[in-house]
Amino acid sequence: MSAPRLHALGDAALLCELPAPATLAQQQLIWALATEARSWPAVREVLPGMNNLTLMFDPALAEQAEIEMQVLTVWPQLSAAPIEGREIVIPVAYGGEHGPDLADVATHTGLTPAEVVRRHSGGSYTVYLLGFLPGFAFMGGLPPELATPRRAEPRLAVPARSVGIGGEQTGVYPLVSPGGWQLIGRTAVELFDPSAAEPTLLRPGDRVRFVAESIDL
Amino acid sequence: MIVILKPGMLASVQDLGRHGHRERGICPGGALDTLALTLANRLVGNADGAAGLELTMGNCEIRFEQATRIALAGDDFDARLDGRPLRAHWSVPVAAGQTLRLGGANVGTSKKALRSWLAVAGGIDVAPVLGSRSTDLKAGFGGHEGRALKKGDRLAIGTPRLDAAQMARRAFGLHAPDWALDGEPLGAADPIVLRVMCGPEFEQFTAASQKTLWKALWRITPQSNRMGSRLAGDTPLARRRSVDMLSSGVIPGTIQVPPSGQPIILMGDAQTTGGYPRIGVVIRADLWKLAQAPLLGQLRLVEVDATGAQMAWSAQQRYLRQVAQGLASAGWPAAL
Repeated sequence: MSAPRLHALGDAALLCELPAPATLAQQQLIWALATEARSWPAVREVLPGMNNLTLMFDPALAEQAEIEMQVLTVWPQLSAAPIEGREIVIPVAYGGEHGPDLADVATHTGLTPAEVVRRHSGGSYTVYLLGFLPGFAFMGGLPPELATPRRAEPRLAVPARSVGIGGEQTGVYPLVSPGGWQLIGRTAVELFDPSAAEPTLLRPGDRVRFVAESIDL
Repeated sequence: MIVILKPGMLASVQDLGRHGHRERGICPGGALDTLALTLANRLVGNADGAAGLELTMGNCEIRFEQATRIALAGDDFDARLDGRPLRAHWSVPVAAGQTLRLGGANVGTSKKALRSWLAVAGGIDVAPVLGSRSTDLKAGFGGHEGRALKKGDRLAIGTPRLDAAQMARRAFGLHAPDWALDGEPLGAADPIVLRVMCGPEFEQFTAASQKTLWKALWRITPQSNRMGSRLAGDTPLARRRSVDMLSSGVIPGTIQVPPSGQPIILMGDAQTTGGYPRIGVVIRADLWKLAQAPLLGQLRLVEVDATGAQMAWSAQQRYLRQVAQGLASAGWPAAL
C-alpha cells in the first residue's frame, strides 16, 4: 500500500489520507498508524476518519515536516493486523414505535419488514471510527440490499439509542439529535455515558451484532 | 455563590475545552476565545484553565453574593458594576451583593460585538466531566447541568489563589489583546481579517472559486453559533467535480463548503468529523477574532502558509508572556 497523501489541516494538524474506496484493510492500516503516532511526543491527539487519520501536533515540539517524516518512515513497517476488537452485541427492539421507518425501508428495498429485520440482525458490522456525535460508530458491513436513502425531511429530534439506516450505512444515535436516517429500531444499551470510566461503548475494530430482542411489525 | 439574574442570549460555563477525546466523537468545546478566557483568568489570579462564563450578546445580569474579584474579556457591552462602568481586561474588586450588568448588542447599529468571557477569582466550581468543566451543549453534559444557564441559576465559586490583600486591591487593567496584537480595537476592524491556510480539498475548487475565497467579503449570517460561523458571499464556491467525500476529521477553524457553496467556519462545538470539502483552515492565532466577530459583520480571508501561521502564534505567545511578567511584577501568583 503506497504512502498516504499528507496535507496540513491548519497550523497544528496533519491529514494522512488513503485513496478511495474505503476498505477494512486500509482502515486497519489507519488504525496501525494511529497506534504508532499516539506514542510520538509531539502528537497530542489522533483522529481517525474513514480511510484517513488526522494527527494533531504541537508545533512548538515538532514542525509539520518532522511529523510527515515520521509518518513516511513508519508507514512501510505497518501491517494491516486486525486490532484487538471485541464482539459487542446490541439488542434491538425492531419496528413499532421504536422503528417508525421500518415499513419505508421495506418498501424501498422490496423486502418484507420481517426480512429487513432478519438481514439487518444477521449482519456482521465492524466499527471503523467514532465521530459525528459522542459514541457514534461509523460501521461497515450493511448488507447492500438494505441500503436506503436518508429521509427527505430530517427529524429535529431522533430519540436516543435509535438504530437506523442512512444510505449504505447503519448505526445507532447515542443521544437525541437531529437526523435524517431511517429509524428501524431502538436499543436500551447506552453508547455514551460521560460519567462512566469508559464513556463510549464502541471502539474502532469492534465487531457489532444486532440481535432482535423484539419485533413489532 | 454567584446568581444568574439574566443570562442573555446564551450563557454557559466554559473552560479551555475538553481535549483528548476527539477519537470518541467528543468535541473540545470550551471558551471559543481561549485568549480572552486566559487573560480574564490571569487577571484574577486563576489558573488559565479555570472555568468562567461565556456570555453572548450581553444583556445579562449577575449578582455576586460574596466579595470577590472579577475580570471581563472580549466586548464589555457597556458593563456596569452597580451602575459604575467596568472595563474589559481589567481586574476589579467586587463587594458582597454587587450586580454586574451587561447592556445589549444592537445588531445593525454601530455597536458591533458578539461575546464576552467573565472570570471570577477561584473559578466556577462545577464538577469536571472527562477532564473539563466546559458545557457540552449538544450532548448535554458538563458545566452546570449540561445546559445553558438560566435565570435563577446559582453557581459555586472555588477558592481564590489571591490572598485577602490582593483580592481587595484597587482595580487595574491590561493592554487589551486587539490593541497589543493588531494596534486597533477589534470593533473598528471592518472587514475583520482572518489568516487562512489552504485546506486539504483546496485544489478541488475551480480557479475562480479559489480567487473568490481570498477576494470576497464574507458576511457572518445570524445562523452562526458555537458550532460554526455560517458565511454568505455574493458568489458561491464551486468544485470542478462534485465528488462525495469520505468522513474526515475536522477541527475548529476548518472552512467547510457544503453543496450551497456558502462556507461554514467550524468552531469548538462542531462535530469531530465531516463530509464536506475543506477549502481552508483559519490559523490558531486568529480563532479568537472569529469568536468575537459580530453577526452581520464582514470577514476577509487572507492566505498564509505554515510559517506565517507560526509567526502569528509566536506573537500571541509573546503577548501572553508579557502579561505573565506584568502580573508577576505586580505580585500576582505565577500563571498556571
